Amino acid sequence: MSLLTVNNLKVHYPIRGGILRRKIDVVRAVDGITMELERGETYGLVGESGSGKSTSGRAIIGLESPTAGEVTFEGQKLNQLKRQDRREYYKDIQMVFQDPYSSLNPKKRVNDIIAEPIRNFEKRTKDDERRRIQELLELVGLSPESMHKYPHEFSGGQKQRLGVARALALQPKLIIADEPVSALDVSVQAQVLNFMKEIQRELDLTYIFISHDLGVVRHMCNRIGIMYNGRFVEEGSAEDVYDNPQHIYTKRLVAAIPDIDPANRKHQTDFRREVKKEYDNKKAEFFDEHGGVFDLKQVSSTHYAALP
Amino acid sequence: MSDRSLLEIDNVQTSFRVGDSYYAAVDGVSLNVERNEVLAIVGESGSGKSALAFSIMGLHNSHKTKIEGSIRLNGKDVNHLSTSELNKVRGKDMGMIFQEPLTALNPLKTIKDQITEALDLHTNFSAKQQNERALHLLNEVGIPRADKVMNQYPHELSGGMRQRVVIAIAISCDPSLLIADEPTTALDATIQSQILDLLNELKEEKDSGIILITHDLGVVAEMADRVAVMYAGQVVELADVMSLFKQPKHPYTRSLLSSVPSTQDEKDMLHVIQGVVPSLPKMPRTGCRFKARIPWMADDTHEENPELREVADGHYVRCTCYKHFYFPEEEAEKDVAAHRE
Repeated sequence: MSLLTVNNLKVHYPIRGGILRRKIDVVRAVDGITMELERGETYGLVGESGSGKSTSGRAIIGLESPTAGEVTFEGQKLNQLKRQDRREYYKDIQMVFQDPYSSLNPKKRVNDIIAEPIRNFEKRTKDDERRRIQELLELVGLSPESMHKYPHEFSGGQKQRLGVARALALQPKLIIADEPVSALDVSVQAQVLNFMKEIQRELDLTYIFISHDLGVVRHMCNRIGIMYNGRFVEEGSAEDVYDNPQHIYTKRLVAAIPDIDPANRKHQTDFRREVKKEYDNKKAEFFDEHGGVFDLKQVSSTHYAALP
Repeated sequence: MSDRSLLEIDNVQTSFRVGDSYYAAVDGVSLNVERNEVLAIVGESGSGKSALAFSIMGLHNSHKTKIEGSIRLNGKDVNHLSTSELNKVRGKDMGMIFQEPLTALNPLKTIKDQITEALDLHTNFSAKQQNERALHLLNEVGIPRADKVMNQYPHELSGGMRQRVVIAIAISCDPSLLIADEPTTALDATIQSQILDLLNELKEEKDSGIILITHDLGVVAEMADRVAVMYAGQVVELADVMSLFKQPKHPYTRSLLSSVPSTQDEKDMLHVIQGVVPSLPKMPRTGCRFKARIPWMADDTHEENPELREVADGHYVRCTCYKHFYFPEEEAEKDVAAHRE
């Protein structure tokens, strides 16, 4: 059984207008995505800003209410549950946010920041709670004494570790990481990525990794879904998507990744120009008459693309 | 001084006041930029790269900052100018592209007004000429329906479009030097490649020099002619882009390069540089400043007073520690291999 199944998930926002604030149109932020996650894998959700990747993550964890579709976690349909029962399931799904500088309350000590989810969901004695916090801090590589410090006393990478420690507090099975390293320097980024891989192995975690950085995604993810206008244009293994992209949009996205080898500069520029030309010429073929994305079709056993 | 030379920075020291004392964030940097050249400056945050750019542009608060050394643009000293003299140079001879396009633009003014502001200061164009020039600039940076965009406000434009507007403003008076501070960090990959292409075209067409400040080594590999790597306020390595990526010397450069996840190689773990960039008051002022972050290197591999020395043609490295440098991971692998035999 897969850990998480998302079936035709939609999140639409109404646009209201006129003096009666009637609904005059909708923004289709997420418009029918379907995905399946196995335990222990890392699924990359990639797209440009506005493609709906963050909204998808937020809808899965319940921060946005879906307009339609189902989210099934360990065989249980989450949106059919009563609020109280749903709470139990959301314990198992946690989120790591993009900006470690603003996602930690500057007025609270580390102690209280990490204890918050524990106090919400579990009844522990003071001593027990402290032991758990120290355990978590050790797990993310911070000294137990740091529980009395404030967020500003930590560096960027350490802050992001605190964010992860908070997410791990309730022993979740699935972590949704929304651009967890985008705000960090390369050296700190490496630190956080390594550490995320380590705890994944140690705790058998499953990740949904949301990012616009295609280099980072390739490094981290087993499977990747490319989003455009709230829908998947392509889904497959890292090799499928990077080495054999089928959809013109994916091709263009992959071509835009800067090459770290300056010797390839000329080649890369020409290649990009070629792909851009192809994109301009063939764009109409890959989208329907309203500019919408087609449904996914199977290309190989692991590879799907939104082809006509 | 060659006639291609555009900007010459000599022994610049930029110090910020913290409490009662001044601390150097840029500590003795000498660099030069030629026409039609992209000089990239890379380093982690806190390495002093933006502080250097702001010093060149004269954007630091003069009450809290001390800038020593000489900064010469087209042979003219721009470091000791008064604000009004500086205003004649800024925007005209040198332009700056800021990192965050939303905060760099005035939300209350139309795009047209923001572009013509610079023209108003530096040219004697009539209102009509200014309009034509603004429209021409927007077309040049690849903004579709430029005539409409002229009358729009920043919030009506997407991130990529805003960044193009910022570039249009920076190039409005054909500056010979363009400083781009993380010009694409806030942008998506496809827009990033468009902006970089645009900067390349501008460089060729106007024969101007570009200082590109970034921490994205992919962008450096694609754009730069020469690269200066900065750490703790100093240049630790300076080389043409090929040498820097193919034969990086300084431990800091090598560490940075191996901490980037690449789309090609399949290594599971990335290299992590130990420790952090020291804060300004705690920055070591003597010896190799990178020493604390490569503690496995023996003390005698470092110089007492590390200097930037030419080790190959046009390739400069600071300190001698690069000669013996190795990654601890490599050593561990070697040990394992030796054990097997």
